[in-house]
Amino acid sequence: MELSEHIKTANVEDVTLRRPFHPALRGTLCVTSHHLLFSDRKDEASWQLLILLKNIDAIEKSVENLFGYPRAMGSSGTITIKCKDLLVLQLEIPGMEECLNIASSIEALSSLESVTEMYPFFYRPSHLTLNGPWGLSSTEQYYKQTERLWDRWRVSTVNSDYSVCPSYPSAVIVPREVDDDKLIRSARFRQGGRFPVLSYCHHRNGMVIMRSSQPLTGANKKRCKEDELLLQAVIDGSELGYIIDLRSAQQAQQARMTGGGFESKSFYSHWKRIHRHHERGKIVQESLIKLVEACSDPSHSVDRWLSKLENSKWLSHVHSALSTAGLVVECVERDGHSVLVHGSEGTDNTLLVSSLAQLILDPASRTVTGFLCLLEREWIQAGHPFQQRCAHSAYSHARLKQECPIFLLLLDCVWQVWRQFPLALEFSEALLLRLAQEVYASNYGTFLCNSEQERCAAGVKENTHCLFQSLLRPDIEEQYLNPLYEPTDLAIWPSVHPQSLQLWTGLFLRWTEYAQNMEEAREEVWSIVKEHHEQAGPDRTNNTLSTHCDTLTPFENLMDELTIL
Amino acid sequence: MEHIRMPKVENVRLVDRSSSRRIKVGTLYLTATHTIFVGKGSEDRCELWVLHSLVCNVVKHKASQSGYPLLIHCKNFQVMQFIISQESDCHNVYISLSRLSRPEKYEELYCFSFNPNVDKAEREHSWDFLDLKAEYSRMGLPNKLWHVTPINREYRVCDTYPADLFVPQSVTLPVIIGSSKFRSRGRFPTLSYYCKENHATICRSSQPLSGFSARCLEDEQMLQAIMKSNPGSRFMYVVDTRPKLNAMANRAAGKGYENEDNYCNIKFQFIGIENIHVMRNSQQKLIEVSALRSPSMGEFLMGLENSDWLRHIKSIMEAGIFISKAVAEEGVNVLVHCSDGWDRTAQVCSVASVLLDPYYRTLKGLMVLIEKDWVSFGHKFSHRCGHLDGEAKEVSPVIDQFLDCLWQLMEQFPCYFEYNEKFLINIHNHIYSCHYGNFICNSQKERKDLCIKEKTHSIWPHLWENKLDFMNPLFKPDQSQNQGLLRPRTAPYCFKYWRRLYNRFDRELHPRQSELDCLMTVKEETQQLEEDLALCEQKLAVLDKERAKTLYMQKGVLESKQALWSLPLDTSLANTPQDYIGGFIGGAPNLCLFGDKPKSSDADNSDQESGVADFSSHSSGEESLPSEDSVKDPDSDETGPNRA
Repeated sequence: MELSEHIKTANVEDVTLRRPFHPALRGTLCVTSHHLLFSDRKDEASWQLLILLKNIDAIEKSVENLFGYPRAMGSSGTITIKCKDLLVLQLEIPGMEECLNIASSIEALSSLESVTEMYPFFYRPSHLTLNGPWGLSSTEQYYKQTERLWDRWRVSTVNSDYSVCPSYPSAVIVPREVDDDKLIRSARFRQGGRFPVLSYCHHRNGMVIMRSSQPLTGANKKRCKEDELLLQAVIDGSELGYIIDLRSAQQAQQARMTGGGFESKSFYSHWKRIHRHHERGKIVQESLIKLVEACSDPSHSVDRWLSKLENSKWLSHVHSALSTAGLVVECVERDGHSVLVHGSEGTDNTLLVSSLAQLILDPASRTVTGFLCLLEREWIQAGHPFQQRCAHSAYSHARLKQECPIFLLLLDCVWQVWRQFPLALEFSEALLLRLAQEVYASNYGTFLCNSEQERCAAGVKENTHCLFQSLLRPDIEEQYLNPLYEPTDLAIWPSVHPQSLQLWTGLFLRWTEYAQNMEEAREEVWSIVKEHHEQAGPDRTNNTLSTHCDTLTPFENLMDELTIL
Repeated sequence: MEHIRMPKVENVRLVDRSSSRRIKVGTLYLTATHTIFVGKGSEDRCELWVLHSLVCNVVKHKASQSGYPLLIHCKNFQVMQFIISQESDCHNVYISLSRLSRPEKYEELYCFSFNPNVDKAEREHSWDFLDLKAEYSRMGLPNKLWHVTPINREYRVCDTYPADLFVPQSVTLPVIIGSSKFRSRGRFPTLSYYCKENHATICRSSQPLSGFSARCLEDEQMLQAIMKSNPGSRFMYVVDTRPKLNAMANRAAGKGYENEDNYCNIKFQFIGIENIHVMRNSQQKLIEVSALRSPSMGEFLMGLENSDWLRHIKSIMEAGIFISKAVAEEGVNVLVHCSDGWDRTAQVCSVASVLLDPYYRTLKGLMVLIEKDWVSFGHKFSHRCGHLDGEAKEVSPVIDQFLDCLWQLMEQFPCYFEYNEKFLINIHNHIYSCHYGNFICNSQKERKDLCIKEKTHSIWPHLWENKLDFMNPLFKPDQSQNQGLLRPRTAPYCFKYWRRLYNRFDRELHPRQSELDCLMTVKEETQQLEEDLALCEQKLAVLDKERAKTLYMQKGVLESKQALWSLPLDTSLANTPQDYIGGFIGGAPNLCLFGDKPKSSDADNSDQESGVADFSSHSSGEESLPSEDSVKDPDSDETGPNRA
């Protein structure tokens, strides 16, 4: 079926558009295969609103048919469009039939399942070409650039045809002394074949963060010699490594009943396991839904707001993610041990924790390029199932399948880190907001599909543009930069006290007036810094900024509360 | 000193609340004014000074293995835990501190012994730093509508009001007296804020003694006069900031609220801000939440909600918004009262003023506002802040709430306030510290009787001297939006927990890097650079002039020399330059001004005949212009010395 067959009414005149903080506008509404286009009919300053249909999370329609009047005269309908970037719009459409047609087109076209029908495959801006490498870096390039890996680590292409682990990229970094056969056996022992691979090697002490999925020990406490050897090779003679299991001890036990499990002390004697409970899947998705609901209800009193905020548990998820990331950093940076992170599948919370830990530890991941590379490596290539997780956002009434806003949670955590270290990140809140938008609906192919394998099969790299490349080329837009950026080599340990964590107003209250004053403040910060640049030149600005880094001290009491099994 | 049972205890441990593992060992000293802890050890030597007047309460905890814990809660939300090894020592410190922190007489307060190194004149001058008369004249008062009544000069009509009060011109003394008799504590309606653009005012008073049916003609005339003082409006609002139920209950005690039937053209409105007791309990809960050691997200948020604190802040804010809109948008006068008119009324009037008038969003403006609406109008600082040992039920965080409202506004409007939150926190600290005399006593009269101005120092100049610390780098005073009414949002999510105040001393809770400090430094540096630049440009300009002059001098030096020395040789020599410069000669008078500073070398290198050189050489002897100003002129320096 051609996409255009979904469109029964392509154009409607005299449509009224209502959106937050703007007077209602009348104009023409137009539905295309991928967009909803509204254009103001005033000639002199024609204003257009272009919405990707994929950005539409839910629509509500109400039609009024005044009884006894001819259809053309008395009937009209209202469509409320709720976008995945949390914007809510209203369209008043004259004519009931037109209204229903538009609504059904939106419904059909906003939930396309086939990747190659999606807009990134049709997006062809004049300033970008499809030739040339796609993405910022590859495993091989990363390895080549990271000299500290050369001695003990190697790139394995055991997964080059994606048969060992369908969700891994074709190349992964593993201990040099472990051969591909061992990897294959270890993969069979891990859910989804996600055997332990290197995620990060710390520049200070060479300690590493590994990630994997859960071991398939099952009820019979199966073991896998190769898996044990692989992990042994990771710590290479040092006496201890930590396994951060992102499930409670009880959940990990229960997982054995369904074939999963955990690394038992007796077989992995040099690894100490720490359990940290993290919510996943549906619970986190519902959490987002509740939070957005609370934010968009203006009527309630302060009391109900706080209980709704609490009840959504969103900030609790932020809290756990940051605390566990902090724990990982503590193991690596302070205690000098390597860490293996996994939950069950190793495609969600695992990536969240490992990438946050890197942001805290590694100054290189705090630059714009470094951060985007981190996302590419740890989320895109590492096989976070974006298509499944981001099929719907907070407004959809569709029955939840695999949706889960883990990536949004990551962005929120990064935002919290930025709030606490306003000078430490090279990028700004605007970049995080842009990513939050792009992950749900995008002109670019970056967030399409669930894994490298799928991307390969669909020809994403050949037929779409890469968001990260376009963000960086030729020069990153000023709005994505942090004017106060002052690099520090130190780990930036965030405070995880509830008093220190805040609601990300920039995202969740983005479409309220509240956010507008913040925009003004942001501009003022820029103008102050620019003025200074003009007077002093960039070198001196950095000197001034650096005097404002308080001593960065680790948070202290995490190790006290470890639950060690 | 007689209250100090134990001036010094050795081997006391100070426990860091954020981590029980960080403990400092040292010596605890009790002085007449401070508790001092001095840590042992050379590397982490620390000193902790806590004013007795800031101590809110002292609690002995159950003995633990390590000794006898003593917990000290301060009014600025600092909490300290000491562990003392001997029970008797612990008890002695406890008894001493309990007494020291609850002085019985004003004279015991720290402000009477605080003696910075300033002379008498300077101290007296510190009290003149703020002048309320100047503030009223800034508003445009007195004018033909409002004047100062002398009626309360001796505090006879109302002993909790200031001496100088503004009332409508048309109101006679008997009306004021009659009205004051019909109001609680004699607090008759008087002006708090005047908007000179539209003549609308905020007035304040206490509740009327109306009971169920009582009337007072003078009071009705008073309100009528206030209404009429605003030529543009045909009615006025009377805002009772209490919940309706509370106001009605007051009727049974012969107090109450205005009956719309008895007063011409008033619109009566309840706002529903809770009383001081509710607020005290609410803050108590809030403090408990803020002091939780490592709460979960849920515990914290539910605790915050159960405290109701933000709900109360919201209700005060909404009252302020209502009034500010009535004044700015409707141009209508508003009379605000609660019961006595010194708590909720002060909060609401001052919040409304901040919303209305950008001046109160500046450092000086906020000082004036507090001085006017709180200090002069008799907010009972001593009672509300518990300066002296007394009725615990009188204590209430009324002014904390005002500062909290301000902070909420600053969060919403980051560019519209000249001051930053440190300023608010500092004011908060000093309201409770009794370090300065400003917030001692309950009224102007009491302060006068106690000779506060003669015996203590004023906080305001002290804050003003440190104003660089309190500046908001994002402040945009010239922004057109900042000229008018602030319209804060009151959606629940706009009200936030003020971490910097309530967790002020929990360092690990706050961002490790400060955006504001950084911006402030950047801004200061920019300013410095600009000044440097301006200076350079100035020098350059001088230099340019010098150059221009040099040019001229090279050609017209004779002219100027003639003017200067009126040399007799003029005629013969004067001809030469005129041939060179032609029309430029019109510049001669100017050049004469500068003519006293010619470069010696200028003429030297000129292609003039020798006679000219003689003049120059002569002038170089008198030359005093520093040569660095002309370093860029390659001619000048090289040859100058040779010739000199």
